[in-house]
Amino acid sequence: MSDFYREVILDHYKNPRGHGAMDSPDATAEGLNPLCGDEVTISVALADDGETIDEVKFEGRGCAISQAATSMLTEMVKGRSATDVATLPKEELLEEIGIPLTPIRLKCALLGLGVLKVALHRAKGTPLPPEWAGLANELEIS
Amino acid sequence: MAVTTQAKLDARKLRADFPIFEQRIHGKPLAYLDSAVSTHKPRQVLEKLQDFYETSYANVHRGVYTLSERSTAEYEGARQKLAQFVNAASPREIVFVRGATEGLNLVAYAWGLVNLEPGDVVVVTELEHHSNFVPWQYMAKRTGATLKMIRLDDNGELDLSELDRIAGEGKVKVVANNLVSNALGTINPIEKLSAWAHEQGAIMVVDGAQAAPHKAVDVQALGCDFFAFSAHKMCGPTSVGALWGRLELLEEMEPFNLGGHMIRKVTLEETTWGDVPAKFEAGTQPIAEAVGFGAAVDYVTEVGLESIEQHEHDLAAYALEQLADVPGIKLYGPPPERRAGIVSFNLGDLHPHDVAQVLDMEGVAIRAGHHCCQPLMQKLGVAATNRASFYLYTVPDEIDRLVSGLHKAQKIFS
Repeated sequence: MSDFYREVILDHYKNPRGHGAMDSPDATAEGLNPLCGDEVTISVALADDGETIDEVKFEGRGCAISQAATSMLTEMVKGRSATDVATLPKEELLEEIGIPLTPIRLKCALLGLGVLKVALHRAKGTPLPPEWAGLANELEIS
Repeated sequence: MAVTTQAKLDARKLRADFPIFEQRIHGKPLAYLDSAVSTHKPRQVLEKLQDFYETSYANVHRGVYTLSERSTAEYEGARQKLAQFVNAASPREIVFVRGATEGLNLVAYAWGLVNLEPGDVVVVTELEHHSNFVPWQYMAKRTGATLKMIRLDDNGELDLSELDRIAGEGKVKVVANNLVSNALGTINPIEKLSAWAHEQGAIMVVDGAQAAPHKAVDVQALGCDFFAFSAHKMCGPTSVGALWGRLELLEEMEPFNLGGHMIRKVTLEETTWGDVPAKFEAGTQPIAEAVGFGAAVDYVTEVGLESIEQHEHDLAAYALEQLADVPGIKLYGPPPERRAGIVSFNLGDLHPHDVAQVLDMEGVAIRAGHHCCQPLMQKLGVAATNRASFYLYTVPDEIDRLVSGLHKAQKIFS
């Protein structure tokens, strides 16, 4: 077995959590890495308080890292506050992924988180932090 | 299949010339199957670079002192070798550039920008590397000319039945094509396209980056007007390449880079240009790299271009046969007799990055991506492919390791 593809990554890749679309989501965005063709669309439903993330769903295709990372992300953020998640440091997700990533594969890993941040900031009317704006541009997130 | 008069090359023996193969990757011997992106360097070239810097280096065409003369003789000697290598009519037709990309940009700027106008047609193909596509797309936009594409058939070969229709779209001024496709390995019919280009009154611009390392090139037989290639893809150093151009075209062209060495006379009012090829070699050139390029020409010539071509055909045929048995594989490109040592493929729904990552753990290096051929990827309907490519040091054992690595990737992800 390859060390790179840890069991947990393969499990999320083969059995993605929160896979699917959502009718009338409270927040949504999509991204496409033009260099490798990874695609991710994320939909979020907020609880009645307008703040707690009630449900997250994603659809996409691409490499194991991009899809597994997005699947892991949906589990990480469910039940948390949208404001917290909009400012979630990328290290929290990268720790969960737990493998050394080259700069190219780092973008695969961060595609889902970038899409989620764009969706949440747009829904809340807050500006995307500059460090994510560059990535959002590169990964054609809108 | 090429008729081979040269002896069959012994790749196992040649590998001993390449120090890179002495190491292990992730504890395994290196199987380097990415020579289409760049080749490794034999001791003969590395030692030449070292020796040149230690004994003969100085700037060229400048000093009257002994070292400068020695350096100039080596640099011009390399130009002579390159001229013979592509059968140029004169060494003056060889311009040193940073690589094939710069050579093609030189033609696009110094010929295209000056000669193209609205109503003109620039013809490229769906097989082009971005280096022979983007400059022409850009020049067409800048000048108001129209960009037309020669399409591919399902084998990944050019569909020449469209030529008459394209000729009816306007005045064809430029036809640009690679002799060998870096993405699919397709060997293109440059002689036919050159003849057609000249019937239209157009120039024929050939990207030879993938061809020059792999087969004997005769620019006069190809009938083209420009042929650009890079040293690093044929055992030579990075940052140097050559543009061959027909002397009469080079002479009437505007310069590309402006500065030192390319001038005849400079006054406050105006500057006149030096002779070809100096007119296109402004500034201090990659001198040692050019000398190393000459050593690379010596190396591949001694191995024998016909032997290299035959070796690659054999490897491509072997790889296509072995890969065909891998479940779920999709192979792209023409049959082995019409391709160089390049095999592009996809493995079911697995992303090429994942496939290449698993192979890397096995010490097998392949390319995963769009190969600087996004128009081709659009045609194939994929974002990327895996690509294995071979050279004179590639042995069948490396292809076997590729195949078993693919089985492993399938097991991991299924």
